[in-house]
Amino acid sequence: MHYPPFSGRRRGVLAATLVGATLAAAGCAGSAPSAGGAKGAHTIVIGVGQEPDSLSPILGYSKDGAAKLFDGLLAHDADLGLVPALARALPEVSADGLTYTYRLRDRLSFSDGRPLTSADVAFTYRTILDPTVPTTVRSDLAALDRVAAPDPGTVVFTLKYPYAPFPQRTTLGIVPEHVLGTLTGPALTTAEFNRKPIGSGPYTVDTWRAGEKLVLKANPNYWGGEPAIKQVTFAFILDDNTRATRLAAGDLDAAALPPKLAERFAKDRTRSTLKVDTADYRGVMLPSGNPVTGDLAVRKALDLAVDRGAMVRGILNGDGAPAFGPVAPSSPLYARELEHAVDAPAAERLLDEAGWRKGDGGIRVKDGRAARFTLLYPAGDALRKDLALAYVSDAKRIGIDISVEGLTWDAIEPRMRADALLMGQGAPYDPDFVSYETFHSSLAGQAFNNPGHYRNASVDALLTEGRTTRDPARRAQVYGDLQRALAADPAWTFLTYLKHVYVVDNDWTGVGAQVEPHPHDLVGPWWNIEKWVPRAASATTS
Amino acid sequence: MGAPGGVRDHVVNLRLRGLSVLVARRLAAAPVVLLAVTFLVFALGAASPFDPVRQYAGDAAFTASARNLEQIRAGLGADRPFVAQWWSWLGDALTGDLGASRSLRMPVGQVIGERLGWTVLLVSVAFVLTLVGGMALGILAARRRGGVLDRCVTGAMYTLEAAPVFWLALGAVWLFALRLDLLPAGGLTDTSASVVTADQVGAHLVLPAAVLAVSQLPWFVLYIRQSLIAALAEEHVLGARARGLRERTVLLRHALRSALLPFLTLLGSRVPELITGALLVETVFSWPGVASATVQAALALDFPLLTALTVLATAAVLIGNLAADVLYGLADPRVALDG
Repeated sequence: MHYPPFSGRRRGVLAATLVGATLAAAGCAGSAPSAGGAKGAHTIVIGVGQEPDSLSPILGYSKDGAAKLFDGLLAHDADLGLVPALARALPEVSADGLTYTYRLRDRLSFSDGRPLTSADVAFTYRTILDPTVPTTVRSDLAALDRVAAPDPGTVVFTLKYPYAPFPQRTTLGIVPEHVLGTLTGPALTTAEFNRKPIGSGPYTVDTWRAGEKLVLKANPNYWGGEPAIKQVTFAFILDDNTRATRLAAGDLDAAALPPKLAERFAKDRTRSTLKVDTADYRGVMLPSGNPVTGDLAVRKALDLAVDRGAMVRGILNGDGAPAFGPVAPSSPLYARELEHAVDAPAAERLLDEAGWRKGDGGIRVKDGRAARFTLLYPAGDALRKDLALAYVSDAKRIGIDISVEGLTWDAIEPRMRADALLMGQGAPYDPDFVSYETFHSSLAGQAFNNPGHYRNASVDALLTEGRTTRDPARRAQVYGDLQRALAADPAWTFLTYLKHVYVVDNDWTGVGAQVEPHPHDLVGPWWNIEKWVPRAASATTS
Repeated sequence: MGAPGGVRDHVVNLRLRGLSVLVARRLAAAPVVLLAVTFLVFALGAASPFDPVRQYAGDAAFTASARNLEQIRAGLGADRPFVAQWWSWLGDALTGDLGASRSLRMPVGQVIGERLGWTVLLVSVAFVLTLVGGMALGILAARRRGGVLDRCVTGAMYTLEAAPVFWLALGAVWLFALRLDLLPAGGLTDTSASVVTADQVGAHLVLPAAVLAVSQLPWFVLYIRQSLIAALAEEHVLGARARGLRERTVLLRHALRSALLPFLTLLGSRVPELITGALLVETVFSWPGVASATVQAALALDFPLLTALTVLATAAVLIGNLAADVLYGLADPRVALDG
């Protein structure tokens, strides 16, 4: 007996229509088109907890690449190696390290059909350098003096000083001069472009409703080939529990989740849990100006007394790694020999030898001063609060009394010079990034840079040599030495590296994560979503 | 023949003149009130410890150079004293330029333009639901004062009056979206939908509008009930009953008519409650209206946006109050129109 091919489905539609009619009578209509069956694998809905402030690379959107709407001159591959994107090849560098020359691919165009030339590249970087434009990307381009476009296919960057990580800064998305060229200064902060940009990337913006979702459509004319996933929706769901519930309900195909909430999906055969290594670390900044935290013996004792393994197990649910310095364990530059176990007796000996004697209540005292200080953390950050409390109890064991205070950043800022602070940061792209700003004495007390006024001549020298040296072998040596110098004179007590956890439906191949930075914008395993391919659609067809 | 009509005309004219004086006086006072409100928002912003530049820069503030942050401060105009900021904001606002939303990176006028419609839709649907529901329940309760129904309705209304709106909203999401899976939990359309269609918006409107309506219900029900009970004791109602008219006719034709008039005139004074209700409902249901933008603007310390939205809310309250006074004055000649 033959059934018409769609009879079952038609019955479903009929039922859906009946239900829909009933609901409509009650004042609500069902969504008939999607009621038929499983969602196609050519669309994806991703639940994330953070929403970009804007989609303009000039204002800092996805400045480290994987912008989806834009391409940089270069891009990162899965191992964070630099590969050509809009540029035809990696840049040619002059012998003095001051000039970087990029040659563009032929026939590049923006999604509106207009050609993308070196003039657009130069425009993008010049706009960021313009001091009247309110953007923090300018800090990243501090080494850049000027940019020239001698012909439509060539871009020449001239630096103020040799800066080896410069090519990493050219993953920034290129914006069209013909759209933004008429705007100047602060007007760029409210350009329509910020919410509905035109770029050259694999996707274009379909709609963006702030606080709700961002819908991207595949760019059929993408120079790298049209993506297989035609529609990508980022749903902005701030509440972690809601995100997990909506993922379980099938409303989302993928989501970023805290480790504990991801556990319920661990045995799910239809979904994969990705635990992604990051360069995102947490640590306690110990200000030099405070007589207790400024004492080298105290800083070294804290480093020995902190039980990082317990923090990873107890607070991070095992999804993290102990941190001993600002270079992540996943980096080839990581100095593994600095790893050490918790050793409270050694810490106590060190304090005894330095003259910190146990006094009343087991709190150590030196020259009439009790080993007591305050540790601040940003209120509302539960992870940092838990780490701060664990740190306090570890310190208590060796006779150091720490009180914790959760405050807003605006209240923390004026106190950073005298009080310890639980900080979180880190970028995997180059060891110079973030570390130079955090540990170099020339930036002490400049806004949020080096807030504890850390000063160490050999750290300064290594940071400076690292950013001016292009030879990879020499750089490896320098950054190894930097980690050792920071361990010998700890500016921070480094605590843990985090893992970011994601759950993704098994509907696609090509899913794989990069080592990730401190989260922002749309960072996640969807960095290369334009290359994901729907699995042979066996189960999903009706 | 003409004399009695002339007297009545004279009285009506006096009344209308009184009303126009009231309206004129209120309209003249409105700009002053609005001006004071904008000044207050700027002053509060300046007095708060929050740094708009750090808010604008977000996480990038931690690695940005001090010089960079100062340039941004100048670019945003946040380096000037707040009175100067307010003055130039005012100058721009009078020419129709409401400034730039720092958190949404778009002009404030555009933020309001895109969102106001959704708020008006939500609030008006909720308001109609409240009116209808409030009237029905109020009549049911007043019909048999002290009866089982009356006690149930009154008890439920006092409980609702005490229940916070966000609590109601979260409960509704839990029950109807998560447990029963009948209605979407939030947003304007389904997560996977890329276009806004009427049926999608309709389905997504049900829960927030119902929650907002229910949260406003107690005042309406209790007010209608009270004035109906009072009206039922009035002489013309007793007279109607004495003439042997049906209970239904007495209640709806006679008692309700006299009970409704003062009630309808007071609707305008409900605007502040509606606005605060919408703030919470829009936030819980991710409804993309101006009320949820107000919460975002406050959390992000986006003072240009916050100022404009506060002005909008103040204007709505002023208009509601004025409407209430005018209607009340028209309905009840005993009320003095001293504005």
